[in-house]
Amino acid sequence: MKTIEQTTEEILNLAATHFKVPRAGLQTNDDFYKKLGIDSLQALELLTRLENHFGVELPDYEVQGVSDFQTLATRIQARL
Amino acid sequence: MTDHKEKSLSWTVADGVIELKLHRPPANEIGLAMLDDLELFVAALPELESKASALILYSDQKAGFSAGADLRELYTLAQGMEIISAVRGVREFLERIHAVLNRLDTSPLTTIAAVHGVCFGGGFELALTCDLIIADKMARFCFPELRLGLIPGFGGIPRLKRDIGNGVVRDLLLTGRSINATKALAVGLASQMAAEGESLRVARFTAAQVTKFDRGTATAAKRFIKPLPASELRNEIDIFCELFARPAVMQGLRNFVENTGAHPYLP
Repeated sequence: MKTIEQTTEEILNLAATHFKVPRAGLQTNDDFYKKLGIDSLQALELLTRLENHFGVELPDYEVQGVSDFQTLATRIQARL
Repeated sequence: MTDHKEKSLSWTVADGVIELKLHRPPANEIGLAMLDDLELFVAALPELESKASALILYSDQKAGFSAGADLRELYTLAQGMEIISAVRGVREFLERIHAVLNRLDTSPLTTIAAVHGVCFGGGFELALTCDLIIADKMARFCFPELRLGLIPGFGGIPRLKRDIGNGVVRDLLLTGRSINATKALAVGLASQMAAEGESLRVARFTAAQVTKFDRGTATAAKRFIKPLPASELRNEIDIFCELFARPAVMQGLRNFVENTGAHPYLP
């Protein structure tokens, strides 16, 4: 099973790739809305990509109020 | 090839397949303009159906198939009205949209929704009129009406009940959450999943397959296995209008319209 560190790293890599931002510029406690320049529609896109990548189902209400990569990772980790 | 263009949508007919493209920016919100154009399409259907075996509904908007009812328009029209007038206006709209969706639902053609991106609320209800849903890998389906103190009003509940297990219907209605294409396929909401950007291509292959068969037989089979839940559809309008009369709904609409934050599409 993945560690939380591995999960977080995969999230950061996926986010950087799909939203075309430099990976080196992303930190685990960054606000992903601001850092990726995304709105809620694109946040749903991110959620879908993460669900597909990790093979999990993550209800969108579980990410309500979540805006940093670290917390997002803990939500996904809880489903692995 | 026949083709026809309106402001919110356009259609073509070729090789026995009608393609109805929704193209109202930013996300095919269903308000008066879209409704007017859908009514034009439905009025043209009898002649189109005489030339075709299949109908594909799809969107060319990046955001997705449809984000649902035009809530900004609804709020603008309803605010400042006496509630009794607002409810009357809502009922009139619902009766018109139900007439359109019922006609699509009962078309003798095999109907296919090629869904990408957001398929929310009224947009989801439009897709549910179709016999088959082809879901792009990035599609998401949702009934967010609960967040506004409402239920789906365009016929979504009776149609969803017709198609999938009651447990999933309760999950969607009572949590207001969105589900992805993988889940939609697993529960039988989607008949196929396509790679990202490929739902229309897959829908076209499916439509081409459908055109091989005797139309009369397919129509008879469809009438048998897909009854219109007419009584429940009428009840849904009544329940929606009762709920709409509550002050919490206008407050919910105001919150949605005035939301300047990044998250109006999240629960």
